Amino acid sequence: MFEYAPAPESRDVVDIKPSYGLFVNGEFVDGGGTAFKTISPASEETLAEIATATSEDVDRAVQAARKAFGVWSALPGAERAKYLFRIARIIQERARELAVLESLDNGKPIRESRDVDLPLVAAHFFYYAGWADKLEYAGFGTKPLGVAGQVIPWNFPLLMLAWKIAPALACGNTVVLKPAETTPLTALAFAEICQQADLPPGVVNIVTGAGETGAAVVAHPGVDKVAFTGSTEVGRIIARTVAGTTKKLTLELGGKAANIVFEDAALDQAVEGIVNGIFFNQGHVCCAGSRLLVQESVQEEVLDALKRRLGTLRLGDPLDKNTDIGAINSAEQLAKIRSLSEIGEAEGAERWSPACPIPDKGFWFPPTIFTGVAQSHRIAREEIFGPVLSVLTFRTPAEAVEKANNSPYGLSAGVWTEKGSRILWMADRLRAGVVWANTFNRFDPASPFGGYKESGYGREGGLLGLEAYLDV
Amino acid sequence: MTTSLADVASSDITLRAFLHGLPGVDRVGADQRAAMLGTRSIKTTAKAQAIDLAISMVDLTTLEGADTPGKVRAMCAKANHPDPGDPTVPKVAAVCVYPDLVAVAVDALGGSGVKVASVATAFPSGRSSLEVKVSDTALAVAAGADEIDMVIDRGAFLSGDYLKVFEEIVAIKAACGTAHLKVILETGELATYDNVRRASWLAMIAGADFIKTSTGKVAPAATLPVTLIMLEAVRDFRDRTGRQVGVKPAGGIRTTKDAIKNLVLVNETAGADWLSPDWFRLGASSLLNDLLMQRQKLATGRYAGPDYFTLD
Repeated sequence: MFEYAPAPESRDVVDIKPSYGLFVNGEFVDGGGTAFKTISPASEETLAEIATATSEDVDRAVQAARKAFGVWSALPGAERAKYLFRIARIIQERARELAVLESLDNGKPIRESRDVDLPLVAAHFFYYAGWADKLEYAGFGTKPLGVAGQVIPWNFPLLMLAWKIAPALACGNTVVLKPAETTPLTALAFAEICQQADLPPGVVNIVTGAGETGAAVVAHPGVDKVAFTGSTEVGRIIARTVAGTTKKLTLELGGKAANIVFEDAALDQAVEGIVNGIFFNQGHVCCAGSRLLVQESVQEEVLDALKRRLGTLRLGDPLDKNTDIGAINSAEQLAKIRSLSEIGEAEGAERWSPACPIPDKGFWFPPTIFTGVAQSHRIAREEIFGPVLSVLTFRTPAEAVEKANNSPYGLSAGVWTEKGSRILWMADRLRAGVVWANTFNRFDPASPFGGYKESGYGREGGLLGLEAYLDV
Repeated sequence: MTTSLADVASSDITLRAFLHGLPGVDRVGADQRAAMLGTRSIKTTAKAQAIDLAISMVDLTTLEGADTPGKVRAMCAKANHPDPGDPTVPKVAAVCVYPDLVAVAVDALGGSGVKVASVATAFPSGRSSLEVKVSDTALAVAAGADEIDMVIDRGAFLSGDYLKVFEEIVAIKAACGTAHLKVILETGELATYDNVRRASWLAMIAGADFIKTSTGKVAPAATLPVTLIMLEAVRDFRDRTGRQVGVKPAGGIRTTKDAIKNLVLVNETAGADWLSPDWFRLGASSLLNDLLMQRQKLATGRYAGPDYFTLD
């Protein structure tokens, strides 16, 4: 056997302070609430103490953003672009540090934070920097909305921050952003980057805390635009809060994407796509391909190959450069994954995981597949948000479309076939914001992203992503 | 040929239907997978293990018009004692020469355990009659070659005459006798990954003991995605027939890093059963000295200059 020796990325590149305040008006300030701890989900060690923003703190942040809006929105687009380009370059320069910080705080493998998250974060800022002086050609006018209140999730902490902040700033808005309670560190590092880039005070404000802080941001009367990425459940609450106000709202919510494998697919690559679709980022991906729809004629072949492939996945220390599956982000999320998996078994689906040693400390869940899943099972309908794949079968393309669309969600879908015409036929009929053909979980700042139905509304990324931050 | 695939080559039609019925290869996906495996970080003890394994898998090669008995003898000495100052360095798997120099290599390596491989069949282009190819092979076998590295007729393959390619391989395999047959696909000329997969299966069904990427005379030679696809082919072939076939990437593998990436590919694609010189070879010439240099660096913490490694 060829055993890979541990190859840990060094933690020396990060300098985590014992405690962090809020970032308001260009400065770190104390929060009024009770500080909370952020831990490493892989070891449960405390990384830092984080301030909690009260509604008074949020108010101060919104006021700072309001004040900065006058200055920022009056700048010529080319000047705003300079700041965004500067931020993008600093992110690239500090990429290694930010990747380590992200893996420590979130639990995702360093290979992913290094090769996926950070390059995309920088690319997003570069992309929207390019739009800042070209808004008049985008077709949505050039008038910004004002202060954007943004609440982001813990699965891609810095990338979701980039998705929110880059277009907002490019269009001339200022922001108050609340990172997720379990993953605030890279957002706070981003606050330092704003200082490093000499961004005018108040343009970006970061307020940390739990759900109450997020609710205060969303409900604040001084906020003109709310952008949220997270669960459908919280999305509903936000939609209710915002209803009846003049606030604009975009929501990126849950998903239960179908990854559809036809018998004529390039099977080895399809298996890679299935793995990447559901086990990337421990399945903590709103557009994860959590439902495998495989044509019945190749079901056995695909499942055998998939199981063999899962046997090679390496679960463990997120900072090890050879780790494929990192830690589950929190004890709470782990409990949810466990509970839904038990329900899957109770409903009669067959559960399988490869032999996979689980570390003693931290939150871990082995890559898991359920076969014999029916549309009526809860694990085929509800978002598990973990490394759990439900396998269903279909016989014809029409049946594949019917099953894929038969979901309250509609964020993404994948189609695997060597037949080009079938890809187009399927893409036409799938009610999903993104349809990937012969790939999965590929992102690009130029490509819009967003959902149908309970997966939310509005688009982020690309030209369409500008619409959410302009007074159209 | 094994029973389950016995009828596949019974006619041009069945052979074509079988090869074209294999699952396609998506180029983007295959490239991504190979690139991802290329990011594996192999350090310390794993690296030491990988370097020794890689040395033991090298087919040390000289295939030049200017080859002489003296050159071949020097290379054989190197194959037998890669590092004269360090007896713990394993021997390489084989030397690889032209047929007329097999006797020299056999003489130089007698009893050392290092195998003698010979290219044959109008290497590298394969453009000659079957009679010439068979006698080329017979020449090498008679001179004592343990392994024959044949080239397929790429012209026939690309024109769709799969049966001609198949029958040539079968004829050469017969001429090999007990010598092992490596079938060179020359993937740089086959151009598509679908073709690489089809040619791999064609060679295996025809009786290849090894499938080999390239002659080293055509660029690109052994790329990681091509080796990945061939490893998938031998894995799937064994699942289907029970017979294990080896893989030999050749050409363009010059550094320890390249060699280790290949081993990672083997480990995570075909699996540990292929991690032995019996089932995986690296066709190379300059690679060996880099492996030796990295081996010494790992052991001593210092790099020695190139003058401390023999040039043969």
